[in-house]
Amino acid sequence: MDIFTQQLINGLVLGSIYALVALGYTMVYGILELINFAHGEVTMIGAMVALSVIGVLLGASPDLPGLMVVIAGLLVAIPACMALAFGIEKIAYRPLRKAPRLAPLITAIGVSIILQNVAMLVWGRQYVSFPAILPRGQHEILGAHITDLQIAIVVLSLLSMAGLWLLVEKTRLGRAMRATAQSKEVAELMGVNVDRVISYTFIIGAAIAAIAGVMVSAYYGLAHYYMGFMLGLKAFSAAVLGGIGNIAGAMLGGLLLGVIEALGAGYIGDLTGGFLGSHYQDVFAFLVLILVLVFRPSGLLGERVASRA
Amino acid sequence: MSLLSVHGLKVAYGGIQAVRGIDIEVAEGELVCLIGANGAGKSSTLKGIMGLAHPRGEVLLAGERLHKLPTHAIAARGLALVPEGRGVFGRLTVAENLDMGAYARRDRAGIQADLARAYDLFPRLAERRAQLAGTLSGGEQQMLAIARALMGRPRLLLLDEPSMGLAPLMVRKIYETIAMIAAEGVTLLLVEQNAHLALKVSQRAYVMESGEITLSGASAELAANPRVRAAYLGE
Repeated sequence: MDIFTQQLINGLVLGSIYALVALGYTMVYGILELINFAHGEVTMIGAMVALSVIGVLLGASPDLPGLMVVIAGLLVAIPACMALAFGIEKIAYRPLRKAPRLAPLITAIGVSIILQNVAMLVWGRQYVSFPAILPRGQHEILGAHITDLQIAIVVLSLLSMAGLWLLVEKTRLGRAMRATAQSKEVAELMGVNVDRVISYTFIIGAAIAAIAGVMVSAYYGLAHYYMGFMLGLKAFSAAVLGGIGNIAGAMLGGLLLGVIEALGAGYIGDLTGGFLGSHYQDVFAFLVLILVLVFRPSGLLGERVASRA
Repeated sequence: MSLLSVHGLKVAYGGIQAVRGIDIEVAEGELVCLIGANGAGKSSTLKGIMGLAHPRGEVLLAGERLHKLPTHAIAARGLALVPEGRGVFGRLTVAENLDMGAYARRDRAGIQADLARAYDLFPRLAERRAQLAGTLSGGEQQMLAIARALMGRPRLLLLDEPSMGLAPLMVRKIYETIAMIAAEGVTLLLVEQNAHLALKVSQRAYVMESGEITLSGASAELAANPRVRAAYLGE
């Protein structure tokens, strides 16, 4: 088996999930210059809600087709996350809109801790396992394996990204979002209800996060009240890598980070003569974050602030 | 009845009173200007009319109370402000900026017609419609800001220092445009430090000093007033 190709595939799969979560960070940052640290937890809640729905459905009738059960879980998780993000913004962030930047940032960390604890109370401290109900076909390409699930994850991610891209670039709401990101005051002067646009930004990011949450729990076969923390940090790193505030950057940064991580995990054993194993893969995301912050703080596709007219 | 009536408008930033309870009337079809030195409160007055910067006082548009409404609702009722420093969306294209001007409108056919007219009026913008607005020159950005405001078919257009920072030739062009817009029947309230220009193009004027209106009247009379000549026309 070709390790390089295999890790490239694994990296792209993981990276497409990072990209989806990174989009939520970058969209909110683009408009509010707020790092919404609770976004990782929204992703976790998406996974948990979907798993609960899946559990109930399977409990009621175990013979339901697996794919349909998962889709049903997803269809409940998406609106649940949208409502959650809408509420978070309205209750926790909006009152602090004019406060110094540190205040909403600390609030975001607080919201994230609250959500973790609520999830722990509701779903427990144990890992919640994702039932093995999805088709488990496997294919070979270029000497590596790719599963049906991996293909589905990449395809669904790309579709989500394409949908978001169309929304932002081609619709009236998307134009209002981009205008609001540049100047809330002038957007308001054009008749844009800026508060509503900000709500939509949170809601859209959360819908995508719900999809990512379900995919990541299906991929690893489990979910946990704490899973949003690491996933959120990595997605945030991906957003910074691509250039925070830049939507294409989040997509690119996510995919790239996934690949870097997978290749790093694949080769770290060889590189260190077996001293470090693949469980050090988390190191790579943060190594990348540090390198980007030191050498190119604006990220790969981000513009330098000074170049703004 | 006036199209715009402002009564007792106050704007404060922190503890500093920028506008200290002023009255302004603008009749339908009029071009009224507000002149005064830097820091007199002119821009704050326009912001206050648009509901920005937490104003107090009354603002009526054809009798309808605007002062309780959020800015986006005031804009949707037909007030357009071209802000100081132009405020174009630099990372949106020229065409997208113009679309934003029509954001509150839903009549597609009317918007298309107005877009064609805007490109007619400003051929430079037509040439550059696919370009990012941030790449335009200062004068072109001012043109875009005015064209964008007109895309909303405003009942009242507020212009804040349209000549600021522009070369003399461009200033002349902007003022020709303003005169043309006024001639088409658009009601305008113009804020300008360049009193020469403002008094020449307007029918009536208000003079503002330290947040209060100290003089008002027909522009031609004010231009002849020795006090105005000494303070604002450099004589």
